[in-house]
Amino acid sequence: MDAGQTLARGAEARQRWARWLAHAALALGVLVFALPIWITLVGSTHDAATIGRGDVPLLPGGHALENYATAWNSGGGTLRGNPAGGMLLNSAIMALLIAGGKIAISLLSAYAVVFFRFPLRMAAFWTIFITLMLPVEVRIIPTYQVIVNLDLFNSFTGLTLPLIASATATLLFRQFFLTIPDEYVEAAQIDGAGPMRFFRDILLPLSVTNIAALGVILFIYGWNQYLWPLLVINDRSMQTIVVGLAKMIGNGDSQNEWNTIMATAVLAMTPPVLVVVLMQRWFIKGLTETEK
Amino acid sequence: MDRKVIFKGRALPMLLLLPQLAVTLVFFIWPAAMAVWQSLLQEDAFGLSSTFVGLENFADVLADPAWRGAAANTAVFASSVAVLALGVALFLAVQADKAIRGQRFYRTMLIWPYAVAPAISAVLWLFLFHPSIGLIGRALNAAGVLWDYQLNGSQAMLLVVIASAWKQVSYNFIFFLAGLQSIPKSVLEAAAIDGARPLRRFWTVVFPLLSPTTFFLLVVNLVYAFFDTFGVIHALTKGGPGKATETLIYKVYVDGVDNLNLGSSAAQSVLLMVFVIALTVVQFRFVERRVHY
Repeated sequence: MDAGQTLARGAEARQRWARWLAHAALALGVLVFALPIWITLVGSTHDAATIGRGDVPLLPGGHALENYATAWNSGGGTLRGNPAGGMLLNSAIMALLIAGGKIAISLLSAYAVVFFRFPLRMAAFWTIFITLMLPVEVRIIPTYQVIVNLDLFNSFTGLTLPLIASATATLLFRQFFLTIPDEYVEAAQIDGAGPMRFFRDILLPLSVTNIAALGVILFIYGWNQYLWPLLVINDRSMQTIVVGLAKMIGNGDSQNEWNTIMATAVLAMTPPVLVVVLMQRWFIKGLTETEK
Repeated sequence: MDRKVIFKGRALPMLLLLPQLAVTLVFFIWPAAMAVWQSLLQEDAFGLSSTFVGLENFADVLADPAWRGAAANTAVFASSVAVLALGVALFLAVQADKAIRGQRFYRTMLIWPYAVAPAISAVLWLFLFHPSIGLIGRALNAAGVLWDYQLNGSQAMLLVVIASAWKQVSYNFIFFLAGLQSIPKSVLEAAAIDGARPLRRFWTVVFPLLSPTTFFLLVVNLVYAFFDTFGVIHALTKGGPGKATETLIYKVYVDGVDNLNLGSSAAQSVLLMVFVIALTVVQFRFVERRVHY
C-alpha cells in the first residue's frame, strides 16, 4: 500500500467520524427543541392533581379526551367560560383576514406602481415603504386612539385593518412584476385586453407561487399577533387563542388547571405549526424571498 | 428600474393604490405624527388640558432612572437573545450541512418553532421552568439551586431570553443553511488541499463568506428582540420581579396603557421609532449591496 492510499483512507475515516458527530449534535438539537412540546403534550393527557403535585409526567396519561373536551368547550384557569373552540375560530378569522388583506392590497398597489406612469408615483411608493419603519409597537397609543375614534374597538375590522398595510409584500410583488417579459403586455394590448383583464387573466395566474409563499408567512404573522388584539379586543367572545392562553396563566399560580391550559396550548399552536410543516417548500421560499 | 411597456391611464392606478395608501395614512402615518405631537405636550393631572412643553418629555425620559433601567435591561436582553439564537443556529446549520443524509428531516424538526407565537413559546418554557410544576424548575430546586423566576430577577431574565431565543433559532437556521449551501465546494476543497484543519477552515474560509448572512440576521434578531418579544414578557413576567425584565417596549405599554402617562409614553415611542428607522436604513443599505454581490 503506498502513502497516497493511506492518506486517502485516513481522510475518509476522519470524514465518516465528522459526519457521525454531526448527526449526534443534530439529534441533540432536535431533542432540546422538542422537549417543551413533549412536556406540554404529555401534560395535556394527565389530570390536574398529578401536575399540581409536581410529579412531572414523562409519558402520556389517560385523561387526554376529557382535558381536550374541557379546553374546547369551556376553557381553563381564570378564563373558564372562554372555550378554545371559539378562540380558535377568532384566531383563524383574524389570520385569514390579515393574510388575505395584505396580499390583496399589495398586489393592487404593486401593479399600479409597476405598470403605470402617473403623478406622484414614487411618492406613493415611498409612503408605503415607510411603514416598514413603523411597527405597531412604536405607535401603540395613537393607533389605539384612531380605532376608538372610528368606533372600531372590539371589532374584526379594528383588529385586522390597521395591520394589513404591507411594504414587504408590495416590494416582493413589485420585484416579481418587473421580471414579467414585455411581450406578455404587448400581446395583451394587441388583443385589446384592458389593464384589469391583463391583471386578472395573466398577472394573477403567474403570481400564484409568490402568493402561496407569502400567504404562509402572513398567515403565521396574523395568527401570532399579541399586542394589538390585547389592546383592541376586550369582549370575551372575540378573544383570540394566543392572548386567551396567556391570560389563563395569570400569575403562574401552581393551583391553575394546568392540564386544561396545556391542552389549550397544544390547540393554539397546532394550526400554524401544521401550516409550516405541510407547506414547507412555500414557507422557505416565502421566508428567504421576503427576508422579513 | 422601470418597465418599458406599460398601460395608459392615470385614474386607474391611483384607484388601485387607494386601499393601501388609505390604510397607511390612517393607521401608520397619522398615528406616528400624533406620537411625535403628543411627545411635545404635557397633560395636567386630570387629563383635561395639555400644554406644549417642547422637548421636556424627552429630557425627563432620558433622565429617568426607570427608563435607563429599562434601556439597560433591553441591552442585556436583546444581545443575549441575538447571540444565543445566532450561535445555536450557526452550529446546527454547520452540522446539517455536513450531514449528507437526513437533511430534510433535520430541517423539518428544527424549523417548526418559527410557527409558535412568542407568547406561546413563553408558556411552553414556563411548563419546564415553573418552580413547583416544571421538570427543570423542580430539578434545580431539588439540586439545591433556589430557583423561582417570580422572585429572582436574573432567573426571570434568563427564562425570557431562552423562551425568546428558542423561537428565533429556526429562522436563523434556515438562512445559515442556505448561506452554507451556496458556498462553492471548490473553495472548501482548495482549503482542504492546502492542509487547513476543519476548524481552521471554518473560521478562515466559511465564516467570512457567511458574514453578509450573519450581519443581515443580526439586524433581524435585534428588531425581533426589541419589538416582537413583547408577548413573551407580558405572558411570563409582566416586567417583573420588580422591574428586572421590563424592556423599553414593555415600558411604553405600561406607561401608556396602565399609567396613562401619554406624554412620556409618546416620547419613549419616538425614541424607539428613531432606533427602528436607523436599523432599517442600515439593513437596506446592506441589502442593496448584497443584491449586486
